[in-house]
Amino acid sequence: MTATADFIPYNAVNTKSSRSFERQAEYAPEDFHDHLFELEAEGEWIVQRVPEPYVEVMTKFGRKKKIPLELTWHHKSCGQCGHIPGYSTAIFWLNRKLNFKYIDPTDQTSCTAWNYYASATSNAPAQAGVAMRNFAAAYETGYFPLIHCGTSYGHYKEVREEMMHHAEMRHQVRDVMKKLGKPLVMPEEIVHYSEWVHAVRDRIAALQTRDFSNLAVTVHPACHYYKLVQEDAIYDPDIYGGQRTATVSALIVALGAQVRDYSTWFDCCGFGFRHILVQRDFTRSFATRRKIQVMKQEANPDVVITHDTGCVTTLDKSQFVGAAHGLDVGVPVMSDAQFAALAMGAHPYRVCQLHWHSTEYRPLLEKMGIDHEKAWAEFQEDLKELKSGKKEYLTWEDVG
Amino acid sequence: MGLFADKYPDVSYEEKSRLWEQVKADPRFPTYLYGCYECGICVAACPSARFYDFSPRKIAQAAAREDVELIFEQMNDDVWNCSQCFSCNRCPRQNSPGGIITVLREVSVKNGLKSAKQALEGYSRIIYKIMGTGTQVSPDMLQPDAFPDWGPQVRAVSADLDVWRRALPPETLHTTSTGWQVDDKTIIELYLIWHHTGVMDMIAEVDEGLHMILNDVMEEKLEEAGYEV
Repeated sequence: MTATADFIPYNAVNTKSSRSFERQAEYAPEDFHDHLFELEAEGEWIVQRVPEPYVEVMTKFGRKKKIPLELTWHHKSCGQCGHIPGYSTAIFWLNRKLNFKYIDPTDQTSCTAWNYYASATSNAPAQAGVAMRNFAAAYETGYFPLIHCGTSYGHYKEVREEMMHHAEMRHQVRDVMKKLGKPLVMPEEIVHYSEWVHAVRDRIAALQTRDFSNLAVTVHPACHYYKLVQEDAIYDPDIYGGQRTATVSALIVALGAQVRDYSTWFDCCGFGFRHILVQRDFTRSFATRRKIQVMKQEANPDVVITHDTGCVTTLDKSQFVGAAHGLDVGVPVMSDAQFAALAMGAHPYRVCQLHWHSTEYRPLLEKMGIDHEKAWAEFQEDLKELKSGKKEYLTWEDVG
Repeated sequence: MGLFADKYPDVSYEEKSRLWEQVKADPRFPTYLYGCYECGICVAACPSARFYDFSPRKIAQAAAREDVELIFEQMNDDVWNCSQCFSCNRCPRQNSPGGIITVLREVSVKNGLKSAKQALEGYSRIIYKIMGTGTQVSPDMLQPDAFPDWGPQVRAVSADLDVWRRALPPETLHTTSTGWQVDDKTIIELYLIWHHTGVMDMIAEVDEGLHMILNDVMEEKLEEAGYEV
């Protein structure tokens, strides 16, 4: 145990806090909606309304944010779809199990913000153009954008700020949209999928089939979720006394697992955007030494749950080298969506696609009461059918 | 003159000032800097400061002082170490050193600084992927020689990639060279955005070869779709 552990008794610290947090409205940033709707009234753009039914949740300074339950247009994530596809699959699976209508569009590009933050080979009008093209594509379907990636979510909120306050840029982007034959559309709210998971957590818990009460969880809140345009992230006085974002942690509580605290919760995962692709020595060192090792020593979790593409990738993939060097690592990592799906009985391979993850996760499955050998054998049978041509794809009907 | 010895005396003060004026002219810049208390909260929160000789506080202070020589040094020696996590947004003065760095990097790229070219060495294929296909990473990038540090699981993915992708229930994910299936029309629209917002000019400054390849790919598709760029 480290010296830090001496004053953070992990078994006594969870999401409850003795501190009270009074939101002081005078310090809150202005509600952007006034300006958003003014610009609509002036004919500058269309504001796409959050469709009903929606749930209202509280943000950092007390503003209520509308989270749509269905009729959502799923703005997918590069890293999730490319390298950890059980993440996206679990989000869709949850929607299906809750009988919510959604669209998984092909008229969608990346937000391209990973590249923007990594290489700077783009600029503000280009980034706004990409965002507004995707928003217009969603608007044309009548469905409301639900953003899978934390970086897309954070960046789109930056774009919203820039588009609201810089008329010259707004007009430049509007001209580009005209060339594409698209209207200029800004959603009433920019909503991250984990906010949707947060909003439906009690419905998920109501459909829970696996007991998670013996699981200890550490939560890594994603930087671009709550550090970029921070006033838009969800907070709840009942979770950490409103001192940290409630997204993810409130879900874990609803599912009956124990959230354990650790001292480096505010640190990023080490992704670095450029670093994860071409300078991973930094990424590996940070992820293992400042996050996973600290979690192990202070909280000894069964699993790390987070809510962004880069965080799952970095925290999961970086552990291989740490283990080779004898560091105290070895904690499985997955998204809140995968965790929620497993709680509701999802197949660990057909739905959560855990075979794409690197760090050993099978002891966790055993603790969840999942026969992973049987599940793997079932998945191998699926692969045989795909290889033999008996089946072209695994379908939603196949996975239950 | 700045407080520190000029590390790049071969570059004229006028040239350094020209670049600094471009940074200040960016409409985002005034929202990223409101002075500096010198409290160091940004440094305490910064992951890069723990592993590199890097300080977001120095970035904010140099910008606040308009120390163009130090800013030029930072553009060359520091900005590419930033993780762009925006933990530094915790600043009690509402500064965003990470945001200042975003702008400093963009000016470096636009002006083709040698340090920007060096920082992006090995990264060109990623730029090609995102600008050319509309998704940043693809399943077929998971090759053991590209990610040896991610362990043997990468080999398992690459060995059976096509079948593993077809074992994904969402129909849009049956791809191997893109993250998901993107419509041709959508890609054309993305190319038009790059062309109409000056991004292609930025690429030309840092990587002529990449610019040529991207331009060829884009022009062909745009012409097929009836657009003249």
